[in-house]
Amino acid sequence: MSTLLEVKNLKKHFPINNGGLLKKQNGAVKAVDGISFQVKQGETLGLVGESGCGKSTAGRAILKLLEPTEGEIRFKGEDITGYRGEKLRKLRRDMQLIFQDPYASLNPRKTIEQIITEPMKIFNLPKQQRKKKLDRLLDVVGLSSYHKQRYPHEFSGGQRQRIGIARSLALDPDLVICDEPVSALDVSIQAQVINLMEDLQQEFNLTYIFIAHDLSVVHHISDRVAVMYLGQIVEIGEVEELYSHPKHPYTQALLSAIPEADPELSRERILIKGDLPSPSDPPLGCKFHTRCPYAEEICRTSNPLLKQVSSGGQQAACHFVKEVALEH
Amino acid sequence: MKEETPILEVKQLHTHFFTKAGVVKAVDGVHFDIKPGETLGIVGESGSGKSITAMSIMRLIPSPPGKIVDGQVLFKGENLLNKSEKQMRKIRGKEISMIFQDPMTSLNPVFTIEKQMVETILVHENLNKQQARNRAVELLELVGIPEARGRLKNYPHEFSGGMRQRVMIAMALACNPEVLIADEPTTALDVTIQAQILELLAKLQKELGMAIIMITHDLGVVSEVCDRVMVMYAGKPVEYTDKKSLFKQPKHPYTLGLMNSIPKISAKKEKLEAIEGLPPDLRALPGGCSFAPRCSQATEICLTTDPVLIEHGNNHHVRCLLYEEETEKVVSE
Ligand SMILES: Nc1ncnc2c1ncn2[C@@H]1O[C@H](COP(=O)(O)OP(=O)(O)O)[C@@H](O)[C@H]1O
Ligand SMILES: Nc1ncnc2c1ncn2[C@@H]1O[C@H](COP(=O)(O)OP(=O)(O)O)[C@@H](O)[C@H]1O
Ligand code: SF4
Ligand SMILES: [Mg+2]
Ligand SMILES: [Mg+2]
Repeated sequence: MSTLLEVKNLKKHFPINNGGLLKKQNGAVKAVDGISFQVKQGETLGLVGESGCGKSTAGRAILKLLEPTEGEIRFKGEDITGYRGEKLRKLRRDMQLIFQDPYASLNPRKTIEQIITEPMKIFNLPKQQRKKKLDRLLDVVGLSSYHKQRYPHEFSGGQRQRIGIARSLALDPDLVICDEPVSALDVSIQAQVINLMEDLQQEFNLTYIFIAHDLSVVHHISDRVAVMYLGQIVEIGEVEELYSHPKHPYTQALLSAIPEADPELSRERILIKGDLPSPSDPPLGCKFHTRCPYAEEICRTSNPLLKQVSSGGQQAACHFVKEVALEH
Repeated sequence: MKEETPILEVKQLHTHFFTKAGVVKAVDGVHFDIKPGETLGIVGESGSGKSITAMSIMRLIPSPPGKIVDGQVLFKGENLLNKSEKQMRKIRGKEISMIFQDPMTSLNPVFTIEKQMVETILVHENLNKQQARNRAVELLELVGIPEARGRLKNYPHEFSGGMRQRVMIAMALACNPEVLIADEPTTALDVTIQAQILELLAKLQKELGMAIIMITHDLGVVSEVCDRVMVMYAGKPVEYTDKKSLFKQPKHPYTLGLMNSIPKISAKKEKLEAIEGLPPDLRALPGGCSFAPRCSQATEICLTTDPVLIEHGNNHHVRCLLYEEETEKVVSE
């Protein structure tokens, strides 16, 4: 499989202004602070971590909805980091975003037909083709033809998510960044939408970055998973390996905290203390050291880099995880 | 669970909303009891009537349009539905307390934690201000707020999400309630913080012996903390039993559907088995079983006959026609 997307040392810092007349910058929120990873054509990369760890910001920076502060984004081999104007517009056909709350992103005054065909209009698809595509999209996401003339408020949460998905597929994208697409849905509806997304991936050969805080959902849908903490990736690897042998203490704690719907299952819970530190004033050294059960002196001074921790390619950033040579 | 008299019994509770667009049967035949020190889970999807059940127990249903049209809520044998508002005010917060998903529902943003806690304590307990303040510190320490005394002067927004949840729990426990109703207390929290809060509630329950009604949409949380469970669908209890039986032998097709539709890390499936369709409009429930239009096991009769809650097997209650012929003990209609 070829690499579709490559992200190198991506940073997105939001300046904090003190509000004064001179708008002097008072530091920055380091929402994304140097992340690197690759996504292969046709795979699903899960992006997990607690709220505020920078998942959405990373997604938006990759789509260039936010201007990256630093780093490089390569899409289909091309460096798109500096894309503007017409080039950026063309790129938007190939990369799409699905939001958590489709309602907020669907114009309440437009009909479903207008909403789904809008991107096609922007890219000057002929009317006949738009109509055909609309019918096909409605069909694949499980909506009916009579829904076309209805408005977003007439639909349930799950149906609205289907509309958002249909719109995101209107221009045959290669990469879809899904930002908590099922988090707001009830479990029975969530399963419907997850199944739909899996079917669509097959049918349209889509590549997903699937952002979620629900680790069970991410486990189900992902091929590989990246775990973020305070703007950095602390562990990344193939899904089964990462879930069954988490190497980073944060991943271990995160996984052990999931309540599983099976009372017979007994696990040891690693409770981590305290709250997430502020991303505008992150701890020095390893950013996790303030909550880490294993932290020692070195963790307070030196920030561990991602290193190979399994022969299968799993990587983790912790001083106390052994480095392992990659198998070829 | 040892045989003990229930502290709270909810019998055949029906709470409806009389709106211009029709009657919303938000709670329609809810029936359960809970013993001291026990945790009962109420699980169901949004709109299934979980919060309205809780609000009915607390007698906090906005009226109009809401009305408890039938049933009993027996607290230590006395029917709360016959109490005056004045009597209820003595019970709320003292005997039965409630915590919410959003702590700001019960915390006032413009007052310090000290003011709010001391006031609550003074309403119910015979203490002077200094004693009340000490009690507040004790409570904050109990729920794991570091440097509790120093934080009394803080406003709610000065606490993080998880810490605010702890403050709300401290407030709810101020008067040692015998029943704590927790309405999705961890739904808005990250898993690591959720784990901390669930652990805290379990610890407090052990120390203080209160009964907890845990309202959640998460079967994982149920599995983790509950002794017994009531599953709700469209305002009605569809299954009610102990946790072990629920997970080992789920009887109601809806319960089964829920369990099959969640991804499980310990048992990965190729494909999730989703429940097709949508929950019904509570103003226009289908005739027959409310779940029939989505039920994979429904037969002709399910579309016309509304099942009742029956006991099928030892203390295992289910509301489904598949089980009705075999038994005749009707529990709730
Ligand atoms: N436009 C913005 N301006 C300032 N700070 C922001 C902005 N967007 C996000 N942040 C901050 O960046 C951090 C990461 O946010 P986000 O990417 O939304 O996290 P996640 O999606 O993982 O919950 C948070 O601390 C958030 O408050
Ligand atoms: N004030 C109200 N007026 C009309 N309907 C209401 C009112 N409050 C709640 N309901 C309806 O009652 C049903 C049950 O609500 P609720 O108990 O809040 O569900 P949940 O299980 O999500 O907690 C919902 O369909 C809701 O729309
Ligand atoms: S580097 Fe240190 S603080 Fe960071 S995760 Fe590893 S042990 Fe914990
Ligand atoms: Mg986000
Ligand atoms: Mg509710």
